[in-house]
Amino acid sequence: MADEITLSMDSKAVSVPAGSTLLEAGQAAGSPIPTICWHEATTSNGLCRMCVVEVEGQRVLQPACIVKAAEGMKVQTGSERVVRARRTILEMLASTMDLSESPEILSMMDEYGASAERFPEAERRESPVLDDNPMYVRDYSKCLLCWRCVQVCAEDAQYTYAINFTGRGFETQIGTFFDRTIPETTCVLCGQCVGVCPTGALKPKREYLLEHGLSPQDITVLSSGRKRKAADRR
Amino acid sequence: MPDLDLAPLQSELKRFIPLGRSGLLPALHAAQKLYGWLPEPVAAEVARALQVPLADVHGVIEFYSLFYNRPVGRRMIRICTDAVCQLKGGDEILSHLCAHHGIQPGGTALQSDTTIEASPCLGLCEHAPAGMVDAEAETNINLRTDYYELGRPRSRVYGVLRLLTENCGFGPTPLASYGEYAAFKKALSMTPAQVVDEIKASGLVGRGGAAFPTGIKWEGAAKAEGAPKYVVCNADESEPGTFKDRVLLLDDPHRTLEGMLIAGYAIGASRGYIYLRGEYPYVQPVLEEAMAEAQVAGLLGEDILGSGFSFDIEIRLGAGAYICGEETALFESIEGKRGFPRVKPPFPTTYGLFGKPTVINNVETLCNVPSIIGKGAAEYRRVGTEKSPGPKLFCLSGDVTRPGLYEVPFGVTLRELLDMAGGVAGGKSLRAVLFGGAAGAFATPAHLGVKLTFEDLRTAGLPLGSGVVMVFDETRDLRQTLDRLGHFFAHESCGKCYPCQMGTQRQKEILHRLAEGRSLPGDGERLQDVGWTMTDSSLCGLGQTAASAVLSAMKEFPELFVADGK
Repeated sequence: MADEITLSMDSKAVSVPAGSTLLEAGQAAGSPIPTICWHEATTSNGLCRMCVVEVEGQRVLQPACIVKAAEGMKVQTGSERVVRARRTILEMLASTMDLSESPEILSMMDEYGASAERFPEAERRESPVLDDNPMYVRDYSKCLLCWRCVQVCAEDAQYTYAINFTGRGFETQIGTFFDRTIPETTCVLCGQCVGVCPTGALKPKREYLLEHGLSPQDITVLSSGRKRKAADRR
Repeated sequence: MPDLDLAPLQSELKRFIPLGRSGLLPALHAAQKLYGWLPEPVAAEVARALQVPLADVHGVIEFYSLFYNRPVGRRMIRICTDAVCQLKGGDEILSHLCAHHGIQPGGTALQSDTTIEASPCLGLCEHAPAGMVDAEAETNINLRTDYYELGRPRSRVYGVLRLLTENCGFGPTPLASYGEYAAFKKALSMTPAQVVDEIKASGLVGRGGAAFPTGIKWEGAAKAEGAPKYVVCNADESEPGTFKDRVLLLDDPHRTLEGMLIAGYAIGASRGYIYLRGEYPYVQPVLEEAMAEAQVAGLLGEDILGSGFSFDIEIRLGAGAYICGEETALFESIEGKRGFPRVKPPFPTTYGLFGKPTVINNVETLCNVPSIIGKGAAEYRRVGTEKSPGPKLFCLSGDVTRPGLYEVPFGVTLRELLDMAGGVAGGKSLRAVLFGGAAGAFATPAHLGVKLTFEDLRTAGLPLGSGVVMVFDETRDLRQTLDRLGHFFAHESCGKCYPCQMGTQRQKEILHRLAEGRSLPGDGERLQDVGWTMTDSSLCGLGQTAASAVLSAMKEFPELFVADGK
């Protein structure tokens, strides 16, 4: 395999190291390609399809985060088909979940002229906030199923396997064994899932409490108060 | 669950332990058989025995429709309400039964310990309306006369050829009648490469829907680095309107087994899997009996007929997931995981089951193999056309006089096929044919002259799919059918990629409004955007075809989609 690969991105010749993805080629060519589920620390699964591009000779659009650049490949990163797919995916997301803490996605919506009201009478994925452990809070109404938390909890980092999926299709959600609370699972509170969450669906408990108007002093009193009570009982 | 006795489960689980995670679906099936459903301590015991993380076991139970983590009745009745059964009164049967038991669909009548659910297509379409009672098919249900048939479904086999269906229509064919695998014996006298060349020369392409050249697939797996290699028979027939593989497996199981053996010899595999859809449990004993016969005759197992070639087959039962008919999702399912399709490439020929080189073929495809090897490719090609050689099975259902399985040569016209079936039922005229399956496209009376070959169908914009010919007479409101298709794909989307996960849901909602006559302004455009986004950007074939029928209906019957729904 040659060390350098030359391909055409939006009619512009660009050379990238062999093994580069089209995402990286887009970066090199000055045609940045948008992503949602992609993260440098997790295995790319091609879920969100925001990074789809049109590759000459391919029947369907290709996910740039996975497809490798090949010699002589001709890629369109902003064709009509590509733009329709991206805009519609964004509109469907907005009709499905709470994007209020996803500023990157909201700015993509502006960029693609995506309307949050495109799908009236649409069923949304809503669920109550789960506050069941001392470290983080889970609000799956804000979850866009990027899978990163499940991946870092498993083979991508921690090998803890505390969380997986529940349901199927539109009803899919992240969940524990029979909806057990986090302390009842194998979770070691490593926090890596919180670190990779792109939408505020997973949030450090302290951040959550501060946002809800508690002062740092309040939080200290609350947490030490619990310890005192425990000590009193002994 | 205070009184749950886990001892029987523990002893049952012993035989799955050597399989590790791959034993998860069989273990859950066995556990559910013991307890009726899968309560938390049972799931935990399975997880412990197979050393699978608890959350993963729960994720698997949640993925498959036929696994229950809530209590259900000892008796389970499923009534099909998909497109064909809908035409024949499936909805009325479901409400009648529910009313009789005093429950809602999905509910359990405590007194009779019976759960009644609506079901996606059960592959009993030529016997519609149909359902299942536990592991038995309930067919040709007639509420008025209180008639129904219970047990293995009868086969209705017609057409002008008897190559693939030679032994079909008379119940399971024993080895003595089928013959002791003459084609396989002939293959053993050839080199594996010669076998692959013969299949290539035959022009056989896959009959599961993707129409990939079988010989090329075999050649890829034969040449791929890596061992062991696997042969997988895709018997997860779940495309609404499709029942051909059910008939082939029930009536002539040895043909599929022989096809698998020849494939195994050709690519150098010594292990095969048959992944049977969960809604065909009554096929499993027939296959097991056939495998036992082959074993006794020395046609399966170690060093077959002293050739040095060994081959074993294991049957895996699915658990209610259309997506597992997608080849990579099927591998994941055998591996004990949620049926999420994988990103391709790599393709199964190099990275298939357990990450090893794998040939995966549909039942009908494998059933072509013995006659190709037995008679030679040249003789095989005398049937069909130059570009579409061989026989083809079509599944006729809906408003047709004689629904059933039709074997014809490639090249007959749609009109000829419908005429063989006695035309539209009740002397009515034709409104439309849903061609190829739920993932297919609508044909109109203008398409009747189209020759049924890959090349002619491509020109006509009709996908051959899995050979579905679902007939609708002039009185039918196709919006009701579209409503069912929308529901079907939303129910069966795996949820992995965004276009399909959300697109099938939005499509369902818009189609439901259409069927209820309350479309909103802009719904047509929404359907187009959602449809093309799924088609263009979904990860696998399910999403890429989930809007196919809808988009074709918008093209052929634009009058159905005006904004007020009238």
